[in-house]
Amino acid sequence: MRNGVLKANNYRGIDMIGQTSVFSMCGMCAVRCPIRVEVEDGAVTWIEGNPYVPGIEGALCAKGSAGLAFEYDTERPQHPLIRTGARGAGKWKEATWDEALDYIADKLKDVKNKYGAKAIALADRSGPFTDLTKSFLKALGSPNYFDHDDSCAKNVNMACQSLFGYGRSELVYDFSNTKYIVLFGRNIFESLQVKEVNAVLDGMDKGAKMVYIDIRATVTASKADKYLTIRPGTDYAMLLALVNVVLKERLYDASYVDRYVSGLAELEAFVAAYTPEWAERETGIAAHEIYTIAHEAAAAKPNIIFHGGWMLSRYIDSFYASRMLYILNALLGSVESIGGLIIAKGPKDAGSKGLRSLSADIPGVSDTIVDADMQKKSLGTGHMVNLYKAIRTGEPYPVKAFIAYRFDPVAAFPDPDEQRQVLNNLDLLVAVDVNYSDTAWHADVILPEATYLERSNIISTQKGPKPQFVMRRQAMAPRYNSKPGWEIFTLLAERMGMGRYFPYKSIDEIWNYQLDGTGVTIEDFNAKGLVSLAKEPIMMPRDAIKFTTASGKIELLSSKLEKAGFPSFAPYVTPKKPEKGSFRLTFGRTAVHAHAQSQNNPYLNELVHQNTLWINAEEAEKLGIKNGDDAEVSADGYSGKIRAYVTPYIHPEAVFMLHGFGNEVPLKTRSFKKGLRDTKFQKGLIETVDPVGGGVAYLECMVGVKKASGGGK
Amino acid sequence: MSIYYIYQDQKRCIGCYACEVHCKTKNNLPVGPRFCRIIPVGPKPVRGIPTLNFVFMPCFHCEKPWCLSACPTGAMQKRVKDGIVFVDASLCVGCKSCITACPWGVPQWDRATGKVIKCDYCKDRVDRGLKPACVTKCTAHALRWVSPEEASQLKRERFAKDITGN
Repeated sequence: MRNGVLKANNYRGIDMIGQTSVFSMCGMCAVRCPIRVEVEDGAVTWIEGNPYVPGIEGALCAKGSAGLAFEYDTERPQHPLIRTGARGAGKWKEATWDEALDYIADKLKDVKNKYGAKAIALADRSGPFTDLTKSFLKALGSPNYFDHDDSCAKNVNMACQSLFGYGRSELVYDFSNTKYIVLFGRNIFESLQVKEVNAVLDGMDKGAKMVYIDIRATVTASKADKYLTIRPGTDYAMLLALVNVVLKERLYDASYVDRYVSGLAELEAFVAAYTPEWAERETGIAAHEIYTIAHEAAAAKPNIIFHGGWMLSRYIDSFYASRMLYILNALLGSVESIGGLIIAKGPKDAGSKGLRSLSADIPGVSDTIVDADMQKKSLGTGHMVNLYKAIRTGEPYPVKAFIAYRFDPVAAFPDPDEQRQVLNNLDLLVAVDVNYSDTAWHADVILPEATYLERSNIISTQKGPKPQFVMRRQAMAPRYNSKPGWEIFTLLAERMGMGRYFPYKSIDEIWNYQLDGTGVTIEDFNAKGLVSLAKEPIMMPRDAIKFTTASGKIELLSSKLEKAGFPSFAPYVTPKKPEKGSFRLTFGRTAVHAHAQSQNNPYLNELVHQNTLWINAEEAEKLGIKNGDDAEVSADGYSGKIRAYVTPYIHPEAVFMLHGFGNEVPLKTRSFKKGLRDTKFQKGLIETVDPVGGGVAYLECMVGVKKASGGGK
Repeated sequence: MSIYYIYQDQKRCIGCYACEVHCKTKNNLPVGPRFCRIIPVGPKPVRGIPTLNFVFMPCFHCEKPWCLSACPTGAMQKRVKDGIVFVDASLCVGCKSCITACPWGVPQWDRATGKVIKCDYCKDRVDRGLKPACVTKCTAHALRWVSPEEASQLKRERFAKDITGN
């Protein structure tokens, strides 16, 4: 076998003699849990959670275990493919790697000659390995790196930054030591991260209370101490009322607020009118419940967590809702508290040197990213939505080549047909993926990446209370004609005449380069798959917490926002009410699937092979829809049939379906056209974003629902 | 009953179905048969919470197994040393008597071989000092590999915590 295979050490008294074991990182979703893999005769036979990682200790979710079914599946790209028919027609020619890479390099050179290197864009799902892709783009001379975050947590991230300077992922929830958890639509037990699930359950085992607020009762609602159904799109109203109570009743952590928070008086004036009694009329949640949450949270402060939100961040006002969630944490002193939100520490904080960036010796890029100077744009740059805008309009300059690396915007963003139209403006669309993604299906070239079990990645830094270096290690040879990402981008850089910046012949060379000067060696990863840089959580002293805003304070009045021309506090606007017979279309996840990428997995498909439409029981009765009937859902001329799940546990204004179904790639036979695709109803929403945070406002989508003809049981 | 028991902590179980996939990958099962199941029940309102229960259904490895009594060929067997009930595939003729007999629907049909297959608590792992796949990898550490005596103690502890609001 290749790199990193070793005889496993014993752990927890379990005899492992004679097994070949590799410590690595799961790749079935973007959480990338640490795993231990067993290999027999060159084939992976067993995957489990890394037994050495607290909170994991062997645990793995359904998707993680189904990694074996994915590995041995034939319905994934097996060799490079070059399109021979029209885009999306599904006509392909098998190519060698040389042919495919030469084809791409020739097109990239054409684009570069005609429009400049800045006309080449690349997007991935961000995460731990972006040093590779960002360095590749930098070598090419393009500033146009994008990620998926507009479809994910962009509003949350921006809200967090506007207050603390730190981004969303730099505030780590300390669930296992908390006393009080408030989740607004954060379906933590279904849209799950294994370590987080165990931390929450451990916290609850030790007595923490959980309050869950959502438009429907999920598994998380079922596990909560308090569940409240909220009217869709009114989270901000409830949050304003919570802040109102905390301030009016002086429930906040006065010494913390005095020391760290600026703009309190302005906030007080702003929320004065937003009383719980007012919020009750907006949200449908009784005023006394709002008072209770404020009182209980204050009693447990500072060991409290108001989760910054995830699925809540899908409305047009989600930035400000998320901002109020973080403001509650600030007022109750939970930021940089045990049992609260702990500021992530890096190698430097642990007295270590960080990894050397692959781009350390690559000259800077002089052009600015395509959305830097766009008019009426949201905070920050690198918005995928703005890339689409530039591809569509050619303004402020043309973008003509796009590489989607392990990223499937066509499936993730609203209105796939509209997106395909926009992508047709490109001279080159390349998908590098382990799946036939919907974006790949529309591409000019598909480059099959080796699966996460078949490849190594660059080493990554995991910031946190205890920072560490983590490694994904190849466990078996690729089963098909695929290559790891590092090799693909190295070979492309060579062909683009930038080989001097990517001189690597093996992953070991890259790892040694990255580790240079850190005092850590590749061998140090053998025993556990990671190298921890701190024994105990690193905490800043309570009286010396550093925030990275301009003022060094928690800025309720945000210099970042004011500078960009946005108010720090925005008045609440009541959301649109759906017309009769129409509903707000909401979507979400099951524990069994990862977005749109796993529906074709044999075992996961067996568990959940299509979605249903959740509809409120009273509303369903009005429409003559019974549980199990077929319903017809429609929006703007598009319609589809789906089985109704009639339940009292969803708000009457909303219907819900799981995201990721209704795959349109015929080669994925198990999932082809199974279930309905939520994004097909989101007509015209591709550029409908939260004007401040920039997150896509998916939930600003109304659909008609009626009983399908012949839709009885 | 075998000397082992899989205890399911209802409070920790999040109904994520991982145990089913852990089992299927470990036993290399085709689509169709499942040695263990999570059966969701609910939601039903309990103290204001729309409560779902996820009932874990592996084989219970009975002391006096219905399936074993019903098997005419001796394919269904019980290990003397620990009571694990398993199928010797070489003796199974596919008569399905065990499927009829088992009150809990545990024996599964393998269409490809025309034989019955079932949960054997991953006895090859157990013999190596390991736990069954479903327990080893349970997402939420809700499943525990214990003796029946320990299981009753765990259940009492959980109940005591629940009634005191902990």
